[in-house]
Amino acid sequence: MKVLAAMSGGVDSAVAAARAVEAGHDVVGVHLALSRMPGTLRTGSRGCCTLEDSNDAWRACDKLGIPYYVWDFSDRFAEDVVQDFVDEYEAGRTPNPCMRCNEKIKFAALLEKALALGFDAVCTGHYAKVLRDTEGNPELHRAADWAKDQSYVLGVLTHEQLDHCMFPLAETPSKAEVRAEAAARGLTVANKPDSYDICFIPDGDTRGWLAERIDMKPGEIVDQDGNQLGEHGGAQAFTVGQRKGLRLGRPAADGKPRFVLEIRPKDNKVIVGPEALLSVDELRGIRISWAGVPIPEIITGEEFDCMVQVRAHGDPVDAKAHMERSEGSDVLVVQLPEGMRGVAPGQTMVVYQGTRVLGQATIDKARSTSWDSSKVS
Amino acid sequence: MNNSAVYLDHAATTDLNPAALSAMTEQFSQTGNPSSLHGAGRRANRVVDEARTAIAKVAGAHPTELIFTSGGTESDNLALKGLFWNRTAKNPLARSILVAGIEHHAVLDTVSWLEAHEDATALWMPVDADGVLDLQAAKELIEEHHERIALGTIMWANNEVGAIQPVVAFTALAAKYGIPVHSDAVQAFDSVPTNFATSGLATMAVSAHKIGGPVGIGALFVRRDVVLMPIQHGGGHERKLRSGTLNAVAAAGFAAAATAVHETLVAESARLSELREYAVQNITRLVPDAVLNGPRDEDNAGLRLPGNLHFTFPECEGDSLLFLLDMVGIASSTGSACTAGVPQPSHVLVAMGRDARSARSVQRFTLGHRTTHEDVDILLEALPDAYQRAKKAGMAADESSIHTAGTGFTR
Repeated sequence: MKVLAAMSGGVDSAVAAARAVEAGHDVVGVHLALSRMPGTLRTGSRGCCTLEDSNDAWRACDKLGIPYYVWDFSDRFAEDVVQDFVDEYEAGRTPNPCMRCNEKIKFAALLEKALALGFDAVCTGHYAKVLRDTEGNPELHRAADWAKDQSYVLGVLTHEQLDHCMFPLAETPSKAEVRAEAAARGLTVANKPDSYDICFIPDGDTRGWLAERIDMKPGEIVDQDGNQLGEHGGAQAFTVGQRKGLRLGRPAADGKPRFVLEIRPKDNKVIVGPEALLSVDELRGIRISWAGVPIPEIITGEEFDCMVQVRAHGDPVDAKAHMERSEGSDVLVVQLPEGMRGVAPGQTMVVYQGTRVLGQATIDKARSTSWDSSKVS
Repeated sequence: MNNSAVYLDHAATTDLNPAALSAMTEQFSQTGNPSSLHGAGRRANRVVDEARTAIAKVAGAHPTELIFTSGGTESDNLALKGLFWNRTAKNPLARSILVAGIEHHAVLDTVSWLEAHEDATALWMPVDADGVLDLQAAKELIEEHHERIALGTIMWANNEVGAIQPVVAFTALAAKYGIPVHSDAVQAFDSVPTNFATSGLATMAVSAHKIGGPVGIGALFVRRDVVLMPIQHGGGHERKLRSGTLNAVAAAGFAAAATAVHETLVAESARLSELREYAVQNITRLVPDAVLNGPRDEDNAGLRLPGNLHFTFPECEGDSLLFLLDMVGIASSTGSACTAGVPQPSHVLVAMGRDARSARSVQRFTLGHRTTHEDVDILLEALPDAYQRAKKAGMAADESSIHTAGTGFTR
């Protein structure tokens, strides 16, 4: 196959490309220029698309004996990922920009260009598996190493996208093995630190970065009964489940810490309360997609057992789900018998059965039987 | 593809001329600092001197007017900053620089630096749709602002679209008011006649590796009566304008290449322009959407660099086309690339009045001494399919048609 290896300049994508070459594919390395400020240097494990990353990717390709190019997707990235991130926070939600990048950039803008230029697949260093059912339809599964598994951030991929994905690190038992393999192959990135945080916020200060882009105004912090407890500098700077930085002054009646339960950008209000109220029992998801062929219950609307995960490194939780079809918009309703903590609207819930990713939805509402937030005015 | 079978990027760099290789091979085994006073030093100094004389002759300059530098970029920096500081030392109010948007980054970024750090002001001279300086507009700018103009700069030939500039006419306009003019002649030198003595220029930048000399050496011609403020200090080499031990090996290679190329300049220019015209006719026939940028110059009348082909291929990213051609062993260029290798819209085309979108859809093919008719035919055979595919791949800024989950905040 003609394979385009997306090379971030890190160790995972370099080893993935090496394996694709070794498997006999005709591989070309491409580094994506996403930042508007290429040519800057990396600071620690942060940042992306720096000159160093581009050079590291280049050297890895040289070592593998494959051509190397830099393709510029900074316009699309600015619109589909960065601006979306700002808009979501502005609306009081908590987005996952890495997912958006997979959805819109790596496996859309890049994939489309690759297919048009004659490639069959895009190869990345993600830890996840694409399996095929008996009819050849793709299924997305967790990687062998659950500690490194990245199926969550790929949960947004559709049938068409999965058809052209290649994840050579799927069966790797651990990251240590990838580093050892990189060293054995003579790849200079073998000991390069992992990337954390959000690539387009180089200093890691998400709140400071948002404050420069969102017009924030002071407003009220209220408790679960609507009593005013204090003031905040801008509701959009808060995240559900947050405990620190509330600056409430006086302690709660029971002396226990308080957590952000809800953010209401329209009223510029932040609702806080005790930890117990953070737990939710029902999630309602919109903008649903299925990673391959949907299971029959999704079509029939019957309830099905599944597991739900709401963040990249969160634990999956047992759940029962069904599709609620109403005019124009479908809702994925998920019941959580054990409850789940710190769920924020805007987060993506990925639905699993065993190791298989069924699909995903954006959390629109999270309901708690112990507390009805609609009573807070 | 590690080596390009068909190399059509001679304006980026070209192979080492055999005469340069042999001159350098001979010098590599010799010892001696040209500034030393002993026999070995005198020997090295003679090599540099002979090289200086040979290159000056090719450029129509006096040997004392040649300052060796590390290349075109350094020459442009030395000329622009040196002229600016020298002029402002005499007249602190003369801080404007006449410049056109088609200049190479070595000039544009130096002017921006002077604006940011030395209180300079760029006076932008417009170019026409072919990328040629608008002399009438330049004249009006000079007449209106001459009292505060420190210097002017105009490249001899544009590196992207190949447009040869009216250098002599421009220096004549500037001379009326005693304004010194610099020219970046990196692409023009030894490709078209560039006579420093009759140009009216104060300074002129050239580079060795564009004509088959080694990378890492170039020259700035500085008219004998022109005084520059140096930017590099030290041992006082090169009229105290450019300190640093002279590179006798590279100078010998530069001179050998310059001389060899100069001997065949007229014939080679005719051969290349004929080949270029053949390519232009066939590219526009095979890809009717393609638009030639820069002056057509069918008869090689000195309007365009003989080996330069530059096209807009509408609705396809320049880097897609470059990739597809590279895959079949054809080396071309999108014209300009930043340090991270990220293609930018061509600032030259933007200066010529094109929009940023179409300024991304360009491809430059530059022919050189080893380019054959067959090379052009290989390009012609590959181009139509590459264009169709690149067009299908679309513009990177456009939304893709891949079916996605459609998450995200709908604005």
